[in-house]
Amino acid sequence: MSVRNGLVALLAERPMGVYELRKEFDARTGGTWPLNIGQVYTTVQRLVRDGLVEPVPEEYEAGDVDPYRLTRAGYDEAESWWRRPVDRATPTRDELAIKLALAVTSPDVDVAAVVHAQRVESMRALRDYTRLKARLPERPSPGDLAWSLVLDSLVFAAEAEVRWLDHVEAAVARAELAHGASAPDASPGASDTPPVPRPATSRTRR
Amino acid sequence: MSPATEASEPSPVLLELVGVTRVHGDGERRVVALREVDLRVRLGELVAVMGPSGSGKSTLLNVAGGLDTPQSGAIRLGRDVLTDLDVAGRAALRRRKVGYVFQDLNLIPALTAAENVSLPRELDGVPSRQARKEARAALAEVGVVELADRFPEEMSGGQQQRVAIARALVGPRRLVLADEPTGALDSHTGEAVMRVLRQRVDAGAAGLLVTHDPRFAAWADRTVYLRDGVIVDATSDDDASELLVGAGTGRGRHAGDAGD
Repeated sequence: MSVRNGLVALLAERPMGVYELRKEFDARTGGTWPLNIGQVYTTVQRLVRDGLVEPVPEEYEAGDVDPYRLTRAGYDEAESWWRRPVDRATPTRDELAIKLALAVTSPDVDVAAVVHAQRVESMRALRDYTRLKARLPERPSPGDLAWSLVLDSLVFAAEAEVRWLDHVEAAVARAELAHGASAPDASPGASDTPPVPRPATSRTRR
Repeated sequence: MSPATEASEPSPVLLELVGVTRVHGDGERRVVALREVDLRVRLGELVAVMGPSGSGKSTLLNVAGGLDTPQSGAIRLGRDVLTDLDVAGRAALRRRKVGYVFQDLNLIPALTAAENVSLPRELDGVPSRQARKEARAALAEVGVVELADRFPEEMSGGQQQRVAIARALVGPRRLVLADEPTGALDSHTGEAVMRVLRQRVDAGAAGLLVTHDPRFAAWADRTVYLRDGVIVDATSDDDASELLVGAGTGRGRHAGDAGD
């Protein structure tokens, strides 16, 4: 998530100091990604270095300590950010996807247990976001709407994760069945053992 | 959902399943729908049941409400042990204590909303005057008292589900068993119905909700996953969530103190 773009967008509305920027960013995104003041300060310094932001000359000072404003290039950047889609060409590194990819290819890992533990966690997240949503009034203020949409985004992501985990579980169970069914062909010598496919539940946690 | 009651004693268990096993068919076609299932639902608690089709979700709901009987195990509804009763006893207990909400076709088309809701009470021998009074109260609880004299075909799908929830919890009924109650609704209406179900449970009922949709299951206090008739995992009802601290409090802070 780009703090930098967010701060540029906020400064396009009016000049602000670092404290106000931090407060505004938190308020407008529902406090979902809280920033610390050092982060805001460092980011603003980089924006100044890159020529997108400049300190407001002292005579225009409006109360806050050291307010900043956008330069011409900064306004161009703000406008271009709204216009261009967020880059999805490079998938972000997702720990869960990496974990499960490694789990299914590792001989010693109980994939079902990994799925179950994660599903409990993802479902809990989904429930908690839903509780937060349930607290919102039915007729939201603009601030409520922003927060509600941020929550919706988290809800959709958690929901997608739960669905994906169901998919992983089913796909792994199918693969195990297929593997179990083909095993007698691979070892015809073991014909006294009936070709019983391993039930999908055999590897689940107790 | 009710943090105020968190510190007090746990609320009474309204539905309890102990070692419930239900087998359908026999011989080659024998299918174990439920295997040694344990489950408790307390007053004020909504529990979601998820799992792939054929995992035993509907069987679980049916045995919990006495529509189906397990081969072994016990089911308790409040003080009554359902599995000790005969068919007539189960039917009477069901009328008095349990309400169902299905995906659709919940209401009798020839009856008004109020008549649909009062019907189980009248069948239970309650004088019709009182049954009507209870029905209006139940409709008011779900916010549709103005629909009392309408027929099902004069209501939207969401309104019909609200009436079905009212009927499920009319009079002394405290346990609602819901099988995909949002299945026929668009997601916005479905959310609204879940909100009503949640409020009714919070106000003093218990619910078991079968759904395939994680978004609706998220309205429950916890979710159990069934697979091949076994509960494979279950979320716990932990109130002190880190997520709530991370996401919720950030916003709450702004209303009051600004600093850190």
